[in-house]
Amino acid sequence: MIAVEGLSIRQGGFALDGVSFAVPAGAYAVLMGRTGGGKTTVLEAVAGLRRPTAGRVVLAGLDVTGFPPAARNVGYVPQDAVLFKTMTVRENIAFALVVRGAPRAEVDARVSELADRLGVVGLLSRRAVGLSGGEAQRVALGRALAFRPPVLLLDEPLNALDEDTRDRLVELLRGLRRDGGLTVLHVTHNRAEADLLGDCRLRFEGGRITPAGDRA
Amino acid sequence: MTAPVAPGARSDVPFYLCLGLLGGLYVGLIVALLVADLAHTSFGDLARAFASPQIRAAVWLSLLSCSAAAIMSVWVAVPLGYLLSRTRFPGSAAVDVLLDVPIVLPPLVVGLSLLILFQTPPGAWFQRHVLPVTYAVAGVVVAQFAVSAAFAVRTMKVTFDGIDPRAEDIARTLGCSRAQAFWRVTLPEARRGVLTAFTLAWARALGEFGPILVFCGATRMRTEVLSTSVFLELSIGNLEAALAVSLLMIVVAVAVLVVTRAFGLRGTGLI
Repeated sequence: MIAVEGLSIRQGGFALDGVSFAVPAGAYAVLMGRTGGGKTTVLEAVAGLRRPTAGRVVLAGLDVTGFPPAARNVGYVPQDAVLFKTMTVRENIAFALVVRGAPRAEVDARVSELADRLGVVGLLSRRAVGLSGGEAQRVALGRALAFRPPVLLLDEPLNALDEDTRDRLVELLRGLRRDGGLTVLHVTHNRAEADLLGDCRLRFEGGRITPAGDRA
Repeated sequence: MTAPVAPGARSDVPFYLCLGLLGGLYVGLIVALLVADLAHTSFGDLARAFASPQIRAAVWLSLLSCSAAAIMSVWVAVPLGYLLSRTRFPGSAAVDVLLDVPIVLPPLVVGLSLLILFQTPPGAWFQRHVLPVTYAVAGVVVAQFAVSAAFAVRTMKVTFDGIDPRAEDIARTLGCSRAQAFWRVTLPEARRGVLTAFTLAWARALGEFGPILVFCGATRMRTEVLSTSVFLELSIGNLEAALAVSLLMIVVAVAVLVVTRAFGLRGTGLI
């Protein structure tokens, strides 16, 4: 599960004070709110990329507030994918496993499995530049899932995608939800996305995160 | 009654003509300098100059010292450029200003400062126990490095400024420490900047004259580099040899610029 308790973050003129929420283990939570409200900041704090001034982040019962990002075992897909440009798509997806020193055969098998599932087999040998928005998001998703993290953080993954690509990616994310075992926190400003994907919906308003009703 | 013609409907030719004429004056000056050098040199002069053992020694020393200075420059420029680009540490603004000092100081002052530094007790100790530098070949490299490293640092800072720091953040969520993220993600993205920093430092070292003259003297076959050769040949009235060496330096400088632009820091304001 993901539990954020009394989280406060200050950065320049921007501040979040006492933000708390929880996502049950295995749930697909969608965090909704207006653009610029601090949703990405919360996501980055869970991933360990922002140091809070107060509060704590608990993942699977473990207080990880002081942990570096690498020790949190969290898959993170940023809004604009941020692929590693000097690497191929294959190297991007394999990155987390290579860093962990996984055997070559295991890396190859996992990359093939994810590429097949994400529909990027034809892109594997390509450098990760000049990909379409949908392709880049799928590769970023594969890169985040490769090391089988128990928690996945998605920052507006369907933003600025055309309708077909969006539908395909929605199907992919629904597949992840069906598989179970993965706790997902998906940030969006789009209510339709929340209705399509979230079995636990949270609303970020006035600096507070409150439940917005669970899927029936 | 017809409406007056809008100013934007008139021809743009006079505008471009004015820009071209004013800008063309400077371009014309550079071309005229090169043509004048070429017109006053013959293949015979070039051949005679390069047959001279002194000038051949200067060519070798220039190639070696510039390469050493450029390698040393990149060694300090990569970490310093990264720190200045990515972090705010106490005194970072002062370090930033300090790095411009070798660029704006008159070259003779750099040489004089080096000379004085290596006469101080720590400098004298270094010369006695580690490496003699004053009036020595090692001093040529030190003098070149003192100035060219500043250009390399500026190049690397611009390079790291242009690389999205979030790629490093993502690498850290995927299991990397900061150091691993730097080696695996940021440095490969900065490789063109590293090559550009190397070539710019090399070119800057080649053109260095004042600090070398003051710090290392102009001893033929010992501390003579190409820029010193031009000075020495001129001082004994051998204009042909001075021109021949100058032409060689121009060819090398143009080659370095072509390579640098091919690597692609064009448009960053550094070249």
